Amino acid sequence: MKQLVVLSGKGGTGKTSVTACIAGLASKEMTLVLADADVDAANLELLLNPRRRDTYQFTGGFKASIDREACISCGRCMEVCRFGAVVHPDGDPDAYSVDPVSCEGCKSCYYQCPVNAISAERTVAGTWYLSDSHCGPLFHAEMFAGEENSGKLVSELKKAAAGLCGSHDCGLVLVDGPPGIGCPVIAACAGADLALIVTEPGVSAIHDLHRILQTLVHFGIQSSVCINRSDINVSRTEEIEESCRNEGIPVLGRIPYDDRVTMAMCRGKTVLEYDPASPASMAVLGIWKKLREFL
Amino acid sequence: MVIAVASGKGGTGKTTVAVSLALAASNDADARPLLLDCDVEEPNCALFLDLDRITRKPTGVLVPEVDPVKCDLCGRCAEVCVWKAIAVAGEKVLVFRDLCHGCGSCTLMCPRGAIHEIMHETGSIEESSNRSVDYAGGVLNVGQVMAVPVISALLDGHLRDRGKRTVILDSSPGSSCPMVETVKASDYVILVTEPTPFGLHDLDAAVRVVTDQLHIPSGVIVNRDGTGNDDVIDFCRERGLPVLARIPMDRRIAEVLSEGKPLVRALPEYMDLFREILATIGETTS
Ligand code: SF4
Ligand code: SF4
Repeated sequence: MKQLVVLSGKGGTGKTSVTACIAGLASKEMTLVLADADVDAANLELLLNPRRRDTYQFTGGFKASIDREACISCGRCMEVCRFGAVVHPDGDPDAYSVDPVSCEGCKSCYYQCPVNAISAERTVAGTWYLSDSHCGPLFHAEMFAGEENSGKLVSELKKAAAGLCGSHDCGLVLVDGPPGIGCPVIAACAGADLALIVTEPGVSAIHDLHRILQTLVHFGIQSSVCINRSDINVSRTEEIEESCRNEGIPVLGRIPYDDRVTMAMCRGKTVLEYDPASPASMAVLGIWKKLREFL
Repeated sequence: MVIAVASGKGGTGKTTVAVSLALAASNDADARPLLLDCDVEEPNCALFLDLDRITRKPTGVLVPEVDPVKCDLCGRCAEVCVWKAIAVAGEKVLVFRDLCHGCGSCTLMCPRGAIHEIMHETGSIEESSNRSVDYAGGVLNVGQVMAVPVISALLDGHLRDRGKRTVILDSSPGSSCPMVETVKASDYVILVTEPTPFGLHDLDAAVRVVTDQLHIPSGVIVNRDGTGNDDVIDFCRERGLPVLARIPMDRRIAEVLSEGKPLVRALPEYMDLFREILATIGETTS
């Protein structure tokens, strides 16, 4: 079993569209399990149109709450909370309550309250699903609005995906990762055999590409790169290819700008399904052939 | 006035909008605008600003350090730590700094007063300016997990004495904790999106945070208008969200941005659009 994670550093470079195309191509040659680890913007579902099979609850962190009856207004909780989460409701200086949006769930106030007026419970922070798509089983999730702990949710999803993959002796776990370099990205990369980074020929994407590459080096994960919308700025595309060559990172291909990608998306399809002869489709096919050698 | 520029989906043009607004606000005679890059995982504003010398200050999380002489290995610290960032292993207490949220609970709970706190560097705050705007931004160090402490250090340091300045915050994409940390510091949120199914799906998630949970006034900018379909516009109408602007799909925009040129300088015909957006927001919030 191999694990491939698709990342981008900068958001909006076409990561999910590329992932969905690879899923389609890979599923013709091997059995695979998919995980959408971009739980903040879980869009893979919109291209794969899966049927939901099982639903699970995701338990997030603690949230504190103060029992107004038991509270003696000593203010100790407000003093110890480092996250500004203990507030005076309606500006009443004798009343204390916890703003759940700001509460980090550290339970410090719970331990410090002299009259045990504070409780702290784990809350349900999202839902995750096992669904059936035409490419294989898909694990995906929905975080509730404004929740934290998306890294933990990603780890849970990936564990379930790897478990299913292992028990069915399948060939590939394909993970659609989140943008950025922080907690959910690191969770999405854990245990990957290869990362494919989808970048673009622009100063922002190049800056972010270097940061995600350094992150992958830091965690000892092998990288590869493909350049989307490569014809928007050919000299920047060459700059990326050159710097990857110098760092020994394989560049698997260029994907030209192609408005059929968006047209396909509006019909809930990948560009490969919508127009297999389009320039973007041909390019992705080339990238998949090279990826297969690495895997 | 503090305006946060956010988007559920990454790559919709958030940074382009933030930089353009800051430059459009710069002929406001009152005070120089301040642009804060809160997208600390992938900060890009500085690439478009032609900044003077940048100064950098480290920032991070206060983590526990245990005095082995005072510590009697009672393990109370490990019991109270929600994130298992501190543990007793044999004759020693181990601290896993990258897991620590800096809550201070272990220090308060240690019965022997054996714990004090030290700064664990997880990022930095940069500051600079150019001819027309002041800039500060957070940068999360590579390999670090938590973006929020860097964002909150940036905001704490720069929002307090803002006076009458216009402050623009470039938020992280998405709708989880880094985005929430940024937008909750603002008076108005601009949500940038694309007229595609992905754009709509992620806009919906962002609206649920900004409108339904935080109750902050907001409006939408539709970027790359003309691609995709009308579902985003219909959604805005249903949710009662003003569409502040529709920026057309224009290959020239993609080209100038790819070279790090600010949109309103390279294509000055867009300047008025951003001035109008600022004026509209000014009226809504006053
Ligand atoms: S649990 Fe921690 S973050 Fe939440 S209110 Fe109590 S002290 Fe503050
Ligand atoms: S400061 Fe809080 S998070 Fe850090 S080790 Fe102590 S209890 Fe754990």
